[in-house]
Amino acid sequence: MREYDVIVVGAGGAGLRAAIAAQENGADVAMVTKLHPVRSHTGAAEGGINAALREGDDWRDHAYDTMKGSDYLGDAPAVEALTRESPKETIQLENWGMAFSRDEDGQVSQRPFGGLSFPRTTYAGAETGHHMLHTMYEQVVKRGIEVYDEWYVTRLAVSDEDEPEERDCHGVVAYDIKRGEIEGFRARDGVILATGGLGQVYDHTTNAIANTGDGVAMAYRAGVPIEDMEMIQFHPTTLPSTGVLISEGVRGEGGILYNSEGERFMFEGGYANNDGELASRDVVSRAELNEVNNGRGIEDEYVHLDMRHLGEDRILDRLENILHLAEDFEGVDGLEEPMPVKPGQHYAMGGIETDEWGSTCVGGLYAVGECACASVHGANRLGGNALPELAVFGARAGRHAAGAVDEPAKITTGWDADSEEGENVSPVPLGEADLPSSEKGALADGGATSPSGDSDPGVDAADADGVVEQAVQAERTRVHYLLEKEEGINHAEVRSELQETMTENVNVFREEGALKEALEDIREARQDYQHVTVEDPSRTYNTDLIHTIETRNLLDVAEAITVGALARDEFRGAHWRKEHQERKDDEWLKHTMLSWNDGSPGLWYKPAMLEGEAKTYEPKERSY
Amino acid sequence: MSTQTEPPETDDEAESTPEPEPEPERTPGERRRAEKANRAAERELAEAEEAPDLGENAVTLKVFRYDPEVEAKEEPRFDTFRVPFEKGMTVLDALIAARDTYDSSLTFRHSCRQAVCGSDALFINGRQRLGCQTQIADLDGDVVRVEPLPHQDVVKDLVVDMEHFYDQMEAVEPYFQTDETPEDELEEQHQTPENREKIKMSTRCIWCGACMSSCNIAADDNEYLGPAAINKAYRFAMDEREGEGMQEHRMELIEQENGVWRCQTQFSCTNVCPKDIPLTEHIQELKREAVKSNLKFW
Repeated sequence: MREYDVIVVGAGGAGLRAAIAAQENGADVAMVTKLHPVRSHTGAAEGGINAALREGDDWRDHAYDTMKGSDYLGDAPAVEALTRESPKETIQLENWGMAFSRDEDGQVSQRPFGGLSFPRTTYAGAETGHHMLHTMYEQVVKRGIEVYDEWYVTRLAVSDEDEPEERDCHGVVAYDIKRGEIEGFRARDGVILATGGLGQVYDHTTNAIANTGDGVAMAYRAGVPIEDMEMIQFHPTTLPSTGVLISEGVRGEGGILYNSEGERFMFEGGYANNDGELASRDVVSRAELNEVNNGRGIEDEYVHLDMRHLGEDRILDRLENILHLAEDFEGVDGLEEPMPVKPGQHYAMGGIETDEWGSTCVGGLYAVGECACASVHGANRLGGNALPELAVFGARAGRHAAGAVDEPAKITTGWDADSEEGENVSPVPLGEADLPSSEKGALADGGATSPSGDSDPGVDAADADGVVEQAVQAERTRVHYLLEKEEGINHAEVRSELQETMTENVNVFREEGALKEALEDIREARQDYQHVTVEDPSRTYNTDLIHTIETRNLLDVAEAITVGALARDEFRGAHWRKEHQERKDDEWLKHTMLSWNDGSPGLWYKPAMLEGEAKTYEPKERSY
Repeated sequence: MSTQTEPPETDDEAESTPEPEPEPERTPGERRRAEKANRAAERELAEAEEAPDLGENAVTLKVFRYDPEVEAKEEPRFDTFRVPFEKGMTVLDALIAARDTYDSSLTFRHSCRQAVCGSDALFINGRQRLGCQTQIADLDGDVVRVEPLPHQDVVKDLVVDMEHFYDQMEAVEPYFQTDETPEDELEEQHQTPENREKIKMSTRCIWCGACMSSCNIAADDNEYLGPAAINKAYRFAMDEREGEGMQEHRMELIEQENGVWRCQTQFSCTNVCPKDIPLTEHIQELKREAVKSNLKFW
């Protein structure tokens, strides 16, 4: 068993920043990541980093924009932490050498972005995430922080008290992809999950193939509640054939959306009379699909994004990467013709419930970045708010885990006095419930509960080492089972069933019947998953095994998204319901919470915190 | 379908002796896995025979296979897969289709599928390219031949060992260092747009390793830093924010025995770079800078 003070799982922007902060505060840190750090999907972020840096701007205005963008489902203490600390973190990146685009006077450049009252999106061409990721990794190399790359964390080592709030996380179990060995990692002070997105739940997504919601699923099964999972952002400008992202920066610089009639529909269709193309992402995505559904789409599928009028110089200076993406992945020359775009899954606003320090209700367990829900983004994330979230909350959690913070959190985690029970909305059983029990032991990943059968009687699960040791054994059992199983189906069949139903039924426009159908399909996919087998017998670089385990995570995450979407019978932010066309503030200024309950998931609710330090954010009608 | 162009002998043996003698040094688990592998191979062959005729609208892939642990794959070989062609299909799409449809043990790295994570640099039709960035329609010939990057150890199938590449990248002090640091946490260092433009191309590197694999010098000499690492050094040496003192230190690093002077300007790295970084030019410019800075101290 390996032992460190702090273990960071995942090495994108949030994980790297957390590791640096923990190490700077004296912790012995290791990063464990299924991809080498520079392969992380932070590198695909394009647009920029919102930060109130300039005269005339104020972090309070950024907080207000973010809260409005969230459709009043953000939690004010988290939103204010983000906007207050983003300038410091952004300048920190500059001081670490990040190659931001520059104004004539040598300052870092900023540009307008959707839903912002000030042009505060700090950028590096249309490849801001790439620069941020590499700059942070450089700092990790400089500090000599240990990185276990191509080690896949498959389970958290969490104690098994009845209530999640009483449990502690003592480490993780990881599978060394190159050698095929399973090892325990004991964390003396904290485990920080920074595993990123879950876009592989859908088949049209800007997310990487590696974005399979691993952290969310592992924490959920270990008892940590997951929050607002129904809140999925569909980005309005992705390339139709691949889902590759075309940055909001194109519209920020003046790019225009047209329908098949050549109308500038954001204005002419009355979708956003003031901000037009720069309305919030949820607004633009719905507008595009509405145009397509009413026969004004091109090839009945997409709309056009035109940037030709910006001129070659400006495009090459600020958006060059977009030209390459359009050329390589859609065969379109953005200097000569408009680019085809349609909405695609882009970001999960929901995730693992944390406070504004990244702490979860399980002792010693943190979550930061896209896998976490503090909540900064509520029902809709503003463009340019994801990258600062990585830096700000990565740093906060890193410091906290290293014991350098004694400021109490304002946001509570876990069940509290203001929580209320929810009713079951699903037409089918959820979670592990009702699955054939014979195979449950090996395939289930109950997290906190002890593994089925043959645990070593010599292991004392009461002490920290014992908890890790027991988790290691559970994973050995699971991997052994998957590798040894003779007959069965390939996980890819299950994954594609799942992606199909999610894309068809749990997309931008949501209807009750379709959501129920999706839950039935997910149930079926879960049953099918009971029969998966890994054909590749090798211990060396067995991606068949890795993908099979990922698919299990996708099932849990997809189910949670759909249950939340069915329960929330209102229209808020990215969550649109056909039967419920209004935001219901009397009933729904609250977060949907889902707890695994050892395999029988249950819904409950917690009020959103609209009271901040700067002000109380009274819900207003949201128009752009 | 997956048909082996050169069926390894081990397969035939497995078929004729369904219950081979257990070798004493193997654990029961290993034995079972080996049997499972053989049965899987038989199933694959059977599937291959039943596979529908995809006609002309199909892509034929010839893919390098090797696994040191699996008996049938210990000897490197090429497998042929035919997958349905779709408009806009990339080599990565075709590999994924082959894996998910015919053989889930087909192994390759991939993640972002948009040429920014640098995972899938491969040797495609005799040239280093990113699988995700290579349109099948743009390739010549009827067969797409996919191999792991040359000059690197093969771990399995198309996966190569990247450790040496990472070591070289990390050998050039690949992190920003300045003579002075701003005192206030909100104080930015200024950089002219011209200087930012100068380093722009060098900052686009995605660490895919295509350049290193294409370089003859790096192939012969493991100590040579190679184009990617020197480009990384260039990125910092040319950044005016680092200051003159640091630039001198950078020059010493790149001028060392295994640095810029080993480059013989063959341009192979520049030709294969998927991000169009003018690697050779950057190396040449550093050579000139090194000469200048040496003259200064005469």
